[in-house]
Amino acid sequence: MTERTDVIVIGAGHNGLTCATLLARAGLRVIVVERSAHAGGMADTREFAPGFRVSGCGNFLYHLPGQFLDQMRLISHGLTMDPRPLDTVALNDGHAPRLIGLRASDGTAHSDMAALDAWSERMRRLAGFIDQLGNAPPPRLHQSDRHNKMSLARIGLALRRMGRDDMRELLRIVGSNIYDLLNESLHDDMLKGALALDAVLGTQMGPRSPGSVLTYLHRLGSGDGPRQPIGGLGALSNALADAAREAGVQIRFDCPVRSIDVQARRACGVTLGNGSVLHAQQVVSAADPKTTLLQLLGARHLETGFTRRVHNLRAKGTSARLHIALKALPPAPSGREEFLRQRMVFAPDMDAVERAFNPVKYGDASAEPVLEMALPTLADPALAPDGQHVLAVTAQYAPYRPPHGWSDAARAEYQSSVLGSVERALPGVGAHIVGTELLVPDDIETIYGCHGGHWHHGELALDQFLFTRPVAFAAQYATPVDDLFLCSAGAHPGGHISGRPGTLAAQAVLAARGNRSAS
Amino acid sequence: MIPTSTTGKGLDLRSRATPFHERTAAANILNHWHNWQGFTVADAYFDAELEYFAVRNATGVFDLSPMTKYRIGGPDALAYLDRLMTRDMTRIKPGRVAYAVWCNDAGKVIDDGTVFHLSEGDYRLCSQEYHLEWLTAAALGFDVHIEDETDAVAALAVQGPTSCSVLQQLGVTGIEQLEPFGLMHAQVRGMDVTVSRTGFTGDLGYELWVAPEHAIALWDQLFEAGRLYGIRPIGGNALEMARIEAGFIQAGKDFLPADRIVRPGRARSPYELGLGWLVHLDKDNFNGRRALAHEHEHGSRWQFVQLLVEGNKPPKDAYLYGRGKNPVGFVTSCLWSPVAKQNIALGTVERTRGKSHTSLIAEIDYQREMHWSTVRATCEIVDGPFFDPARRRQTPPEPC
Repeated sequence: MTERTDVIVIGAGHNGLTCATLLARAGLRVIVVERSAHAGGMADTREFAPGFRVSGCGNFLYHLPGQFLDQMRLISHGLTMDPRPLDTVALNDGHAPRLIGLRASDGTAHSDMAALDAWSERMRRLAGFIDQLGNAPPPRLHQSDRHNKMSLARIGLALRRMGRDDMRELLRIVGSNIYDLLNESLHDDMLKGALALDAVLGTQMGPRSPGSVLTYLHRLGSGDGPRQPIGGLGALSNALADAAREAGVQIRFDCPVRSIDVQARRACGVTLGNGSVLHAQQVVSAADPKTTLLQLLGARHLETGFTRRVHNLRAKGTSARLHIALKALPPAPSGREEFLRQRMVFAPDMDAVERAFNPVKYGDASAEPVLEMALPTLADPALAPDGQHVLAVTAQYAPYRPPHGWSDAARAEYQSSVLGSVERALPGVGAHIVGTELLVPDDIETIYGCHGGHWHHGELALDQFLFTRPVAFAAQYATPVDDLFLCSAGAHPGGHISGRPGTLAAQAVLAARGNRSAS
Repeated sequence: MIPTSTTGKGLDLRSRATPFHERTAAANILNHWHNWQGFTVADAYFDAELEYFAVRNATGVFDLSPMTKYRIGGPDALAYLDRLMTRDMTRIKPGRVAYAVWCNDAGKVIDDGTVFHLSEGDYRLCSQEYHLEWLTAAALGFDVHIEDETDAVAALAVQGPTSCSVLQQLGVTGIEQLEPFGLMHAQVRGMDVTVSRTGFTGDLGYELWVAPEHAIALWDQLFEAGRLYGIRPIGGNALEMARIEAGFIQAGKDFLPADRIVRPGRARSPYELGLGWLVHLDKDNFNGRRALAHEHEHGSRWQFVQLLVEGNKPPKDAYLYGRGKNPVGFVTSCLWSPVAKQNIALGTVERTRGKSHTSLIAEIDYQREMHWSTVRATCEIVDGPFFDPARRRQTPPEPC
């Protein structure tokens, strides 16, 4: 007999679980089907060497607002956040480290301190506006009903409320590149390199690419800065899964979806990998938009113009991960061990970032990658055997698939390039390495099932933002196929771990049910 | 680079010759030509009106080789076409031809054309304009192969009351049993010829499709067979007269392909072109379905009209008025119809407050010895085509 439920959520990533939990709390029967054996999707904690564990895709949480933790009751479900706020330390062998953060004055003195404070202050104000856009679904431009006019007016009003100067400044810079903006504002090369890296991390952009200011502001978000959960990002996901179960959500692991089923042009359920069929009134997909619409649903249920837009979505990952098992801590930069606890970056200057970007445009890997690094074991020793450590490196840039594929030789070459950069950031670290794992975008696609191995389920850029994220006619979580919704990072307001696409998608699903029962 | 020569060096900008060119050039006493999709085709051979009368009273032969032709095959060919076209393609069996339109996502017509179901799962799509870009985009997610075979197939339209007899004389066995919109594969004097009972004249007529190397032989033998049946080559001008009388719309004249339009409101849906009968909302998903279902429920903005126009002035490019003082639309095609003995026109008008117009007035500007004058002519909106002889549908057609 075929099983029936109210809503099926595809994927137990953080957005899928968030959406499922909110729907279950609204009284619906919800089943989450997940292809892997654990919750979290890309926000997981994986064992990469015996006894060594690490967050699989990213090191930090940027966008998780406190209210999200409260709303999902994550603390009561066992989530512990590292209470220490993290600063960013820019490292380069032979140069004094640069500290960027709330306590800039604590860092090594440099000539740009005052300018950096002014920059941070200005950027936080502007980022606040971008961040605010993510609190509501984007309005639909071609439909002029009252609701859409209101939300469009709200955006305009919020823009006006920034004040004339900030509004003008935002409109001036939002489509431009971080390279020029930083050159306008700061002098110190290491600072500029580190800030430019923030703008391009996880994107197929260099500091000189138009739109890299937007990605920078998006990353700043509400300005809380990076945080890390004890136990890695997987701990967050496990707490979310517990919260979901408490709300009544059924989560099924090892349960890949073969197809989204359609009857009379409405999504009516899914067929699972084992051939069994699950019926539901609505299907919400936390898989990325390309996978959802082109693979699981299929073009025949969509129209050509829409299919082409989805097909042309830019979603090629450029970030690789190198997980390094260390038998001991590397020598601390400038002898200050607290620097190792921070978010560490290696981006000697903006041109180094741009040069690292150049090859990936042609499908080649950077010879001198730029890095974001963390030593999570300093906050959470349980991630490694006693006295040993994990160095988690996000290395930019690696092509999704080089012209001749990721051969063993190509991997070895890239890994040694990354290790070269790591050594420049943390001289002497190489002597302590006891194990490594390299995940290139192609691997990230295979392991996590996200198209192109892209963190954000689609490039974050002006043309894939707000009204057009992921694409026009799917930007309000509903798709052209009735009863099929998107809730992944590919939807507004986009990537990082924020829970917001999942939250807004849940609202859209509930609103659609309300409309249906009203009519 | 701007080419400096047209003689084969650099970019060759010359119109190309059709496979029949040797014969059409010899027949073209007037030497009147135009460019159709990059090919040289005749406007008229000796007199457009006489050619027109050949179509209506005997047989006219039109070189339609430049017609854009796409071969569509592969396991998903039917699913692909059914998703592409607004009409239900699952009903089009092998050996049948379907007139069809296809739309963009907004339900606006990109083009119309004919789909030939040559054999199980093997299709040919013929259209006025090039569409490989759209057809390729539409193939995303379908296991189909699409090939432009415009150059690989030469074609002649053989149209008019004696056309069936001409083809019998030519040796197309069983031609009299071919039903409208049917197609057959025949051996004609050693040539493989595909014959379809299709055309653009609204009369009894056929189209012959052959490999280009047989083109000249087919032309010669066809004209030999038709000698006693009044066969004549006809040019684009005569065909234009016949197609307006038949009420057939043409891309670029009566509507613009939606994918070439920039300004909002300039494209037309099938309903707005009088082609609602080609939209099957009851079938599975297809391009434009959501928009068309909405339009079907809420009404169209534009109305396609076929008009009988009083007076002796063809309403060329005329504004059309309803009851109000502002124009509601305009004429897209018109002529003095020899069969209707009246001016006729095709036009597009905006419906007023959701209501279709029942009568219209054409404001016709005309020039006499340099001076312009205006006349207002009452138009009667008619339902069917202006010319619709019974033989068009008879199988076998009346011997003639």
